[in-house]
Amino acid sequence: MTNLRWKILTVLAVFFIFFAVGPYPILAARYHLPSPGWLQEKQRKLGLDLKGGVQLVMRVQTEDALRLETDLESERLRDGLRTANIPANVVALNSTQFRVDGVPPAQDAAFRTSANEVQTNFERGSASNGSYTFTMRPNIAQNLRAEAVVQARQTIERRVNELGVTEPTITQQGNEQILVQLPGVTDVERAKQIMGSPGLLELKIVERVAGTKEELLTNGQPPEGMEVLPGTGGLGDAGTMYYLVKRAAAVTGRDLRNARPSLDENNRPAVSFTLNTEGGRKFGKVSGENIGRQLAIILDGRVQSAPTLEGRITTDGRISGSFTPEEVSNLSLILRSGALPATLTYLSEQTIGPSLGADSIRSGVMASVVGLALIVVFMLVYYKASGINAVVALLFNLVILLGLMAYIGAVMTLPGIAGFVLTMGIGVDSSVLIFERIKEELEAQRGVRAAINAGFSRVFLTLMDTHVAALISCAFLFQFGTGAIRGFALTLFIGLASNLFTSIFVSKTIFEVELANRAQGARLSI
Amino acid sequence: MHIFKNTNFDFLRWRWQAIGLSWVIIIAGVITLATKGIPKGVEFAGGTVVIERYEQAVSVDQVRQALDRNYPGGGQNTVVQAYGDPAANMVLIRVPQVGAEAGSSLTVEAQKVEDALDKAGLGKRSREGAEIVGATVGEELTRKGILATVLSLVGILFYLAFRFQFSFGVGAVVATIHDLLITFAFLAFFRYDISLNVIAAILTMTGFSTNDTIVIFDRIRENLRGMRRDSMPHIINASINQTLTRTVITSGTALLTALALFFFGGEVLHGFAFTMVVGIITGTYSSVFIAAAIVSLWKGTAPTRAAAHAPSVAGAPAPQQPQRKQKPQRKARAS
Repeated sequence: MTNLRWKILTVLAVFFIFFAVGPYPILAARYHLPSPGWLQEKQRKLGLDLKGGVQLVMRVQTEDALRLETDLESERLRDGLRTANIPANVVALNSTQFRVDGVPPAQDAAFRTSANEVQTNFERGSASNGSYTFTMRPNIAQNLRAEAVVQARQTIERRVNELGVTEPTITQQGNEQILVQLPGVTDVERAKQIMGSPGLLELKIVERVAGTKEELLTNGQPPEGMEVLPGTGGLGDAGTMYYLVKRAAAVTGRDLRNARPSLDENNRPAVSFTLNTEGGRKFGKVSGENIGRQLAIILDGRVQSAPTLEGRITTDGRISGSFTPEEVSNLSLILRSGALPATLTYLSEQTIGPSLGADSIRSGVMASVVGLALIVVFMLVYYKASGINAVVALLFNLVILLGLMAYIGAVMTLPGIAGFVLTMGIGVDSSVLIFERIKEELEAQRGVRAAINAGFSRVFLTLMDTHVAALISCAFLFQFGTGAIRGFALTLFIGLASNLFTSIFVSKTIFEVELANRAQGARLSI
Repeated sequence: MHIFKNTNFDFLRWRWQAIGLSWVIIIAGVITLATKGIPKGVEFAGGTVVIERYEQAVSVDQVRQALDRNYPGGGQNTVVQAYGDPAANMVLIRVPQVGAEAGSSLTVEAQKVEDALDKAGLGKRSREGAEIVGATVGEELTRKGILATVLSLVGILFYLAFRFQFSFGVGAVVATIHDLLITFAFLAFFRYDISLNVIAAILTMTGFSTNDTIVIFDRIRENLRGMRRDSMPHIINASINQTLTRTVITSGTALLTALALFFFGGEVLHGFAFTMVVGIITGTYSSVFIAAAIVSLWKGTAPTRAAAHAPSVAGAPAPQQPQRKQKPQRKARAS
């Protein structure tokens, strides 16, 4: 008897816990019942196809990150060679290779010493007529690619958080893809603009300014250590000029501590930024050495403005141009979140209007309720009193499913509802199997208690086989599926596990309670 | 109450007719797919889907004409259909993938469609939803989907071979493949888009079908131990008959739920519900007629050598079988 008491307690405890986490917050929200805050937070999240919003899948162009590194290292080597007075030419070949030409044979040894540092990441090819080709090591390249994707994801996350989206999802999919879900967002274009904008800020000293690109080039190439950048092409400060600037930036966006909208001296919208200590020191040195010259403020490779340095500046600066208030606000956001390490290409995009999502929920729920009601009616009619056991087990299963999904924060999508339906079906099937077997046992003239026990224990084997087979499928689906299919697999997995518990343990406990209170020799209503 | 009590249908007798019927449907499906192409949803084929809600009633023809006149490339490859509740005045427009997968061109496609609509002056509209998918995403999804399905089938084959007999594994896998082919055939007949929701439905009904099949196999396995002197076909038939009540109830309730989804579930769930309905009917049919038939064919029809083959059920509590043949003996013991 005490054994039975323990079983009843277990069943009630499990029910209470899962009900509290799963269905209760939903009911509380709807009917304004009291409930603690932390419980509400755990409430089941709705997928985009039910809530409405935007989903984007993008690929990170990791080649960019590789090219950046190659440029950086080749620049460093160039500076090193200059310091060592080796008159060689450094040429960038592609995103992972660069070549050094014209190393005088006499200084070969000196060259090799200078090149030592670069060789940690780059493999030096053998010389041919004083030319060396440097290729990035494969493991370094792989690391850079992986890092680029992680950094891109983090940057996007920061930007999305600044956008103020509630419960966004930003995850890495595979090696180079990022999935972004923004519930409740309707302005796709703004979201894409903010997420995809490179946001690279650079401050470089201007050598010369000219009206056309050609005037700044010597023999079709910019002088060593320099590059030509266009202005923004619009009205305002920089306009249609071209700038010859030092390639190495004095200060970059990484040295930023803050950026916020403000007004310039003509009361036009501008972005004020503050550098951190290190950035302030670098900026102070560069500005101090270049008083009287122009400083180009470059955003994503275009010169926004080029004010003249009138004094030494340390930490504060301002970017002005022909900005609208909205552009200024976007720009501050992008600068605050850091630059993207690589460009993004959009692979897919999906928007669901909120009313469409609400429609889907309503119809889906109503249909499920109708289906469930039909099942309940049938079970009660066919199995009479024992049908109650089956119905209780089924509802219990649903409560556990909802509770667990709410607890792990799984998102409910339409394919997830499919997993629900399958779980309900398998739940019904389990009960039917058990009850039919009990009937068979009763017909074979076994006692009621023996029939019930035999029914449950025999069918346990069957249920193990069916559930394990289904779980195998589940595992593969979860492993190889993406997004929504994964949600289906997860719902199914949880549903199957909880079904084993409810169809066998819970149902049997109810039978045992019934047996304990039953008169001796009475027929079982089944 | 019993639905079926001590029935004795000879299911195996109809196996060749059943297999024949299945082949007819499958071949018809293949021909339909070959001639009309696979109706791939946007997730798989790539392209743009736009759902617009109009304030005034707008007919599908008007929209199609608007696209024909104003959309670059005309309206040939576009699909236009009414969507959802007629009172809502919603239209679904689908445009195939054009050009590379680059992000900006995808949004531009949706804009082009809307521009074409606006030029025709059909009234005020608002975008209810849009989906734009580059072709590579679709390919990857298809590839991974097929891989996952194949691996699942292999996994089930091995598990059943281990727990039952190899022929049972083969029977289950063949039945599942049969279900997949027939479901795709029906989707082709009725021109339903193969979208992500449809795939979820297919997976669901595959799960159901396997469930059914394993229950029948379980009964066969049990009877192989109990009815040793009977022939395999007799055992198989007996097993199916014994589980007939359960099969009908389970499939019946599942079918009821699927029908409820089909009629009340709303537009978005329509493809899903249809697939479920087809899948449940096919799944039951395949479990009863196909799976067991394959097992029987595989093993030949010799008297059972079950004693040598029946695997030990490791670790499970030894179930007490209702020994019908020994009933008189038990009664004697009890008294």
